[in-house]
Amino acid sequence: MAGDMNSKELLKEISIPLLAILSSFIIGTLIVIASGYDPIATYGALLQGAFGGLNSIADTLLAATPLIFTGLTVAFAYRCGLFNIGGEGQLLVGGLTAAWIGTFKGVPMIIHLPLTLLAAMVAGALWVAIPAILKAKLGVHEVITTIMFNYISYSLVAYFSLKVLAKPGSIQTPDIEPSAYLWRFSNVLDMYSYLNIGFLIGLIVLFVIYYLLWKTTIGYEIRAVGISPDAAEYGGISAARNIILAMLISGALAGLGGAERAMGLFHNYRNGFSAEYGFTGIAVALLGRNHPLGIFLAALLFGALSNGQDYMNMLAGVPVDLVTILQAVIILFVAADLLFRRVLALKPEGRKGE
Amino acid sequence: MDAVLEMKNITKEFPGVLANDNVNLDLRKGEIHALVGENGAGKSTLMSVLFGIYQPTKGKILYKGEELRIGGPNDAIDLGIGMVHQHFMLVHTLTVAENIVLGSEPSNGRGRLTLSKAIDKIKSLSDEYGLDVDPNAKVKDIPVGMQQRVEILKALYRDAEILILDEPTAVLTPQEVKGLYKIMNTLTEQGKSIIFITHKLKEVLTVSDRITVLRKGKSIGTVNTAETSETELAEMMVGRKVILKVEKKPAKFGATKVEVKNLKASNARGMLALDNVSFEIREGEILGVAGVEGNGQTELVEVLTGLRAANSGVFKLEGQNLLNETARKIKEAKIAHVPEDRHKHGLVLDYSIEDNLILGYHYKQPFAKGLNLDFNSMAEHADRLIPEYDIRPRNKEILARSLSGGNQQKIIIAREFDMGPEFLIASQPTRGVDIGAIEFIHKRIIEQRDQGKAVLLVSAELSEIMSLSDRIAVMYEGRIVDILDAKEATEEKLGLLMAGSTIRSSEG
Repeated sequence: MAGDMNSKELLKEISIPLLAILSSFIIGTLIVIASGYDPIATYGALLQGAFGGLNSIADTLLAATPLIFTGLTVAFAYRCGLFNIGGEGQLLVGGLTAAWIGTFKGVPMIIHLPLTLLAAMVAGALWVAIPAILKAKLGVHEVITTIMFNYISYSLVAYFSLKVLAKPGSIQTPDIEPSAYLWRFSNVLDMYSYLNIGFLIGLIVLFVIYYLLWKTTIGYEIRAVGISPDAAEYGGISAARNIILAMLISGALAGLGGAERAMGLFHNYRNGFSAEYGFTGIAVALLGRNHPLGIFLAALLFGALSNGQDYMNMLAGVPVDLVTILQAVIILFVAADLLFRRVLALKPEGRKGE
Repeated sequence: MDAVLEMKNITKEFPGVLANDNVNLDLRKGEIHALVGENGAGKSTLMSVLFGIYQPTKGKILYKGEELRIGGPNDAIDLGIGMVHQHFMLVHTLTVAENIVLGSEPSNGRGRLTLSKAIDKIKSLSDEYGLDVDPNAKVKDIPVGMQQRVEILKALYRDAEILILDEPTAVLTPQEVKGLYKIMNTLTEQGKSIIFITHKLKEVLTVSDRITVLRKGKSIGTVNTAETSETELAEMMVGRKVILKVEKKPAKFGATKVEVKNLKASNARGMLALDNVSFEIREGEILGVAGVEGNGQTELVEVLTGLRAANSGVFKLEGQNLLNETARKIKEAKIAHVPEDRHKHGLVLDYSIEDNLILGYHYKQPFAKGLNLDFNSMAEHADRLIPEYDIRPRNKEILARSLSGGNQQKIIIAREFDMGPEFLIASQPTRGVDIGAIEFIHKRIIEQRDQGKAVLLVSAELSEIMSLSDRIAVMYEGRIVDILDAKEATEEKLGLLMAGSTIRSSEG
């Protein structure tokens, strides 16, 4: 069936990300040793911080949640041949919108919760609409426009959060109403983590996106445009229409990521709302091979790294920058996958016969 | 016998593919040696081994009786082996001379380019071999035939003794082909040896001295041209008897089905590419469109299939106005399209055979239920068409990219013919396709005609146009210069029209 791979292809697909991760840890080890630290203690502390106990595991999942959304943001657009690197801005706009709609009083939860989520998705989609239309109609490169829209969003979001929504003197918007809270697991489990059902929403969205891309005519068209716009046009598939559609869905996914932060973690919009989730999402998509399952695993890895880094710093005394180095080396190796292909001769196809 | 080059028992193995299996080839001084075989027979691999691009797994190469190893193209060039690729390797914005010296630019020793000596050498070579090339012309300004001679000059400039010509006639008009033959003969008279790669048997019989046939990586044999025939060669190539002549019942024309009037359209650069094109096609008729490539055929097909907007004109199928409708609407009007460039347009190369077999029809019954793809009916569809159209390998999940050209083309043919078209537009339907598949595709096209459908056949292969068409329209510079009855058409007549002259003085 379309989209499903046989085991050989699958092995080929995952071997490179795995090798990239392995190599990055080897290089990380060398750096740790060269800096005079104990690598075993370092990685031990990292692991313990990320997975040592219920609370740590929950925090790792909490850190992975926005990356699931932003990873999908990048991957979905990529499947249509587009590089949406405006996920950061779309997430901020979505998050602010959720933080605003969430403050509406007197709305029953059954309406308020979905309304707030939906509003964040619409906001994220609208934030990418102009780049999408410019790309589809005039061929303006989406990398340029989406990144420019990031800068616009930083200022716009700061203005609305601080000058319009926040009480004078406060650096955060008022808390949202409980009717717009995403339910936290700490309500029933004995832990401090703010892990909330936003994570489960992320899992559902992963599946929905998988289904949309590989089981529906919409996905068939979007992927056809992504692989070959000319062949798509020949097949009566409008490239322009699908580019706009894919971008809007991509933006909506980022907006939903922002909603989880606002409704599940912070309960408001505040300064430092996003730890560059939009940009890390690019790395997540790259490492996850733009496939929902891969994105899930990559988001977990990056979540674990960012969650474990403080513990590593506390216990082993290794600066948190090590994690940044690890992440950077992973990206470097994934991006340079040709290197691995060469070394492993994974793709010795050459020219066959004629 | 003075063999200038011998390739002995060459075996080249790729993982899972034996591209050359004990192939033998000997080239005599001063001969034109044709290398023929279907796509995938191993011609290109063998030449890549000779040119040093691949190292053979087994076997040896003897040059003037001496065994040697060719480590790379530079070794080959140093030995005096020159290659003229099917797709020219020329920089269009540079002059002929600049292109020829590219890679070994003469300089005054201080980094300054000194072309004057090179230009003199090019001129004398050009005169010696009758190439008629102006070293100072920009490549973009000279015709395709001359560009090819520039490629030949490039090899001669590097003192090539052996020239490999890879499908050299594919881009030429019949008159230009004759010119090329003359040049090939001059070259061999002066002691050069030529390896001529092609799959067109008529050309081989006309110009070569000896012929080596490859099939599935093996050399089937080397024959003297004078002692063989087209039928024998075809049989050697394919491995079975091949019907070369297209069997065609007399046409039974019905009412006018397709009407095109005063069509005008611009090309991608905004220049007028179609200039008042008009024609009609009846039920049960094949209208062939002949012409040197780039004279508006591509744009004509694009307009008729909804891929390019026309500026003005009429396009009707059975009275229904379809001009400037979307590609989807046109498909729904039962117009099938076998596109000229199957890689660019006809297939999503990274989709499976199964997925490609529904391209353009994916959004409706039976392949879609609402927004969901119906994988059962997709599978049934593929399982039915793959054997019916003999698509190999018989595995619907394989990516179209990994199929041979002929089988890729069969995917398109299967998809487009199976929809039950009323009007079939086939552009270069057999380009790069092997003889067995050509036979198959031709049969299917005739079948459409005999079922009373209208067919528009655009092809650069004159023999294809002449053997399939009922009438032949010749395009030149965006116009239809003339429409001939296929019975009256000869290669000479068509060739003249293709070059822009008119038989009748009526124009436009």
